[in-house]
Amino acid sequence: MIDIEQQLREAALDLPTDAPPLAERADEEGLLDVAYTSVDSPLGPLVVAATPKGLVRVSYTEFRGEDEVLEDLARRVSPRVLEAPARLDPVRRELDEYFEGRRQDFDTPIDWSYLAGFTREVLRATAQIGFGEVSTYAGVAEAAGSPRAVRAAGNALGANPMPVIVPCHRVLRTGGSLGGYTGGVERKEFLLRLEGTLL
Amino acid sequence: MNLPPFQALLQEHRADVYRFLVATAGPSEADDAFQETWIAALRAYPRLRRADNLRAWLFRIAQNKSIDAHRARGRRAVPVATVPESASAPPEPDDPSVWGPLRELPTKQRTAVFCRTVLGMPYDELATLLESSEEAARRNVHEGLKRLREELEHD
Repeated sequence: MIDIEQQLREAALDLPTDAPPLAERADEEGLLDVAYTSVDSPLGPLVVAATPKGLVRVSYTEFRGEDEVLEDLARRVSPRVLEAPARLDPVRRELDEYFEGRRQDFDTPIDWSYLAGFTREVLRATAQIGFGEVSTYAGVAEAAGSPRAVRAAGNALGANPMPVIVPCHRVLRTGGSLGGYTGGVERKEFLLRLEGTLL
Repeated sequence: MNLPPFQALLQEHRADVYRFLVATAGPSEADDAFQETWIAALRAYPRLRRADNLRAWLFRIAQNKSIDAHRARGRRAVPVATVPESASAPPEPDDPSVWGPLRELPTKQRTAVFCRTVLGMPYDELATLLESSEEAARRNVHEGLKRLREELEHD
């Protein structure tokens, strides 16, 4: 009697595993709620994610693991999270140009809908600070409409889900010291040097 | 309800789902059936109420797409000059020996044999996949293997 189970298992080893890609079709069907990819940068790899409306996430992979970022997106935005580098090509290009010193402003649209309240106001105000300029926690709090909420502004900046593109690195402590940075203060220094703010 | 990011599901199961579809639907149908499976899963995913048994859920979808592929192949394969020996769809060209006969099994036996033998799926999970009792899942594996053995020893 032949060992049919053994025969099946051996035959299965020869089955192809080069399945066709999925992201493009998912996008065509309107099912790609969150597209993400990894982008190399002088600050280490970044996870970049976008909804059909715009960017929702930039994260330093060395600071916070990709799995954690994707789980957070699945929970807060949609569980339909797929790796889809093509949809992030424009933002990848802009980031490359920025880090090469050939770009000062980002044109990529931002999806603000997953941010709420004061955090959203603070980050929107921060997005207005131009390349080479700086503001302070107090200045950003004021621009967000609550001049006395300096500490809350600091918390909002610390929770910035789109560093580099929403330039929280341009917000310093009153008096000129750097203040903190989610991702490490050495990254803040790097970005300020890149923009000519720090020598 | 916290569902894992869909990409995690895809990474974990894409190769097994593809092998399942090549084995049960055939190499020329597998690519389409694979995309149909994952698109259907992606469409339904946010409405899932439970995150356990995701593999059984996925393979149930894959099984349904495999059935669709069988039907489509049957419809396309209208014989013109030759008389077919059986009423079912003709086997794929260059069939590896075991998969041709596997494809001739009834749907549940086909799924049960592959998932149990190749993937080592536990019977309770297989029962969830087949929407049957564990006893029925065991029977499907047993009957399927028996028929395959007869088929292959016959050759």
